[in-house]
Amino acid sequence: MTVKRLADNQDINFKFDNKDLKFLNSLLENYPKDKKQSAVVPSLFYAQRKAGGWLPEKAILAVSDFLDMPKIRVLEIATFYSMFNLQPSGDHFVQVCGTTPCWLRGAENIKKACKDYIGQEREVSKDGLCWIEVECLGACVNAPMIQINDDYYEDLDYESTVKILKDIKNKKNIIKGSQIGRKSSEPLERD
Amino acid sequence: MLDSKDRIFDNLYGFEPWNLANAKLRGDWDNTKDILLKGREKITEEVISSGLRGRGGAGFSTGVKWTFMPKEPTGKTHYLVVNADESEPGTCKDREILRNEPHKLLEGCVIACAAMGAQVCYIYIRGEFINERYILESALKEAYDDGLVGNNACGSGLDIEIFIHHGAGAYICGEETALLESLEGKKGMPRLKPPFPAAAGLYGCPTTVNNVESIAVVPTILRRGSSWFSGIGRENNTGTKIFCISGHVNTPCNIEEEMGIPLKDLIEKHAGGVIGGWDNLLAVIPGGSSVPMIPKEICDEVLMDFDSLQAVKSGLGTAAVIVMDKSTDLIKAISRISYFYKHESCGQCTPCREGTGWLWEMMEKMARGDAKKDDIDTLLSLTKRIEGHTICALGDAAAWPIQGLIRHFRHHIEDRIDQYQKESNQNYG
Repeated sequence: MTVKRLADNQDINFKFDNKDLKFLNSLLENYPKDKKQSAVVPSLFYAQRKAGGWLPEKAILAVSDFLDMPKIRVLEIATFYSMFNLQPSGDHFVQVCGTTPCWLRGAENIKKACKDYIGQEREVSKDGLCWIEVECLGACVNAPMIQINDDYYEDLDYESTVKILKDIKNKKNIIKGSQIGRKSSEPLERD
Repeated sequence: MLDSKDRIFDNLYGFEPWNLANAKLRGDWDNTKDILLKGREKITEEVISSGLRGRGGAGFSTGVKWTFMPKEPTGKTHYLVVNADESEPGTCKDREILRNEPHKLLEGCVIACAAMGAQVCYIYIRGEFINERYILESALKEAYDDGLVGNNACGSGLDIEIFIHHGAGAYICGEETALLESLEGKKGMPRLKPPFPAAAGLYGCPTTVNNVESIAVVPTILRRGSSWFSGIGRENNTGTKIFCISGHVNTPCNIEEEMGIPLKDLIEKHAGGVIGGWDNLLAVIPGGSSVPMIPKEICDEVLMDFDSLQAVKSGLGTAAVIVMDKSTDLIKAISRISYFYKHESCGQCTPCREGTGWLWEMMEKMARGDAKKDDIDTLLSLTKRIEGHTICALGDAAAWPIQGLIRHFRHHIEDRIDQYQKESNQNYG
């Protein structure tokens, strides 16, 4: 278990517009009519994207209004699931897998690369980068790996991680997935 | 070794497109109607006689599990829920099915729904697999547009709906009742059983939860026949299995192989061998982080299947093979796993909520050597007080890796303690 709290600075506007409501209503079609609550995780997910990668209190309230759920029920979902950020997490949110399969293949070096090029864990850099260590992301044969926003970057080492982070800062195109030329998880000899 | 003609997942690595047209070329959705028209009993019988055991870790017969569903309509919706919340450290097989073979999974869902009399299927995919979810959603749309899913699915007269739902980062939601809680829009906290999901599952309705791989192999089993599947592997441990080989090997990979392949062959033939050679092997965690590790002496001979690994006090689990060579700090490696369980405990049961934290703190001490040798027994006793005393198996899963470490590598921990003592005596003595 981890402790998560609402951010101190809640000075942000958040309201679902018609386009948002259209999408959220389409989510409800996945569940029985009287089971709107089932859509709470996907709705918070959507709200987090809209708010720029984190959940301000107003977003949590907006979801609770939309789903007719008590605010506390939505807040407890936001604190229970690790992908919901209650603090701003930058434009490029880097999640470094640190669990044993990645650790065995050098996840500590990847953390060091993030420390060297972004800064302290959880602090947003002036380039809008922020990194945290997370638990297993389920790409263990492509270890070590990181997730930046939606995408996985795999088969990393210190240098390739630094290159990715530099390329993000310089707004260059980055190859997603394996950084050693693998298609997915087929066996491939490293140079 | 598995013949390439016996491989189920031809596109495991995504060398070909995942889309419906290409999936059909690979044989998916080929006359699914005839399979569905065999009827409930026939389909289930065939899956039972194939010997297919659940691929998510527990290894219970998939077909027998289906028979627990009510035989007659209950007036409620009956659900199939596919567990794609793959989060067991070491495991990354379902991800490849989701993004490279989504139609095998979707066809399996339709057939499994028919076999258990379910009308609605939810696929619960872990939140982090965002691109994989987009692919699955597109594949599902293709299947709906082609009449394979939905009303009169595949022209069989059955109405089968499939929906995709996602989580948001919680290992515990891989536990079937926690997954159902999460799908109902609550915190993923496991339920007390009974009632079992087949009686009261999702929204209180009859529900069966199956792993992605278990469902995705079903269409091929029915097409090629149960005797084909049961002819692969060993008795009671039949068929093919996707193994995920990670850690200290030269070419980590996912590979579909026959059940019961010797661990040594698996690592040497597919994963390029242990880094530094087989003699550089220290230990292997053979089935995902929850199962106890086995030392090299056992790895030399052991077969990779449910019963063989159980016989050496470990388990096949998800068949995620984590290889550790002699450079590994084993105590630290297990301590990192203990941290994982501390982080992922849902906090519902006291032995797990408190105990996983204690385990981790004690393991960190052991990793430094900052402990007394008696503490090893205290740690072992602590694992026994958690194991079996919680609603779900997360408590057991936190206990077993440490028990495995102490069982086979107690001398490592003792040496570390001696070394620490020696160093502190030198510093202060």
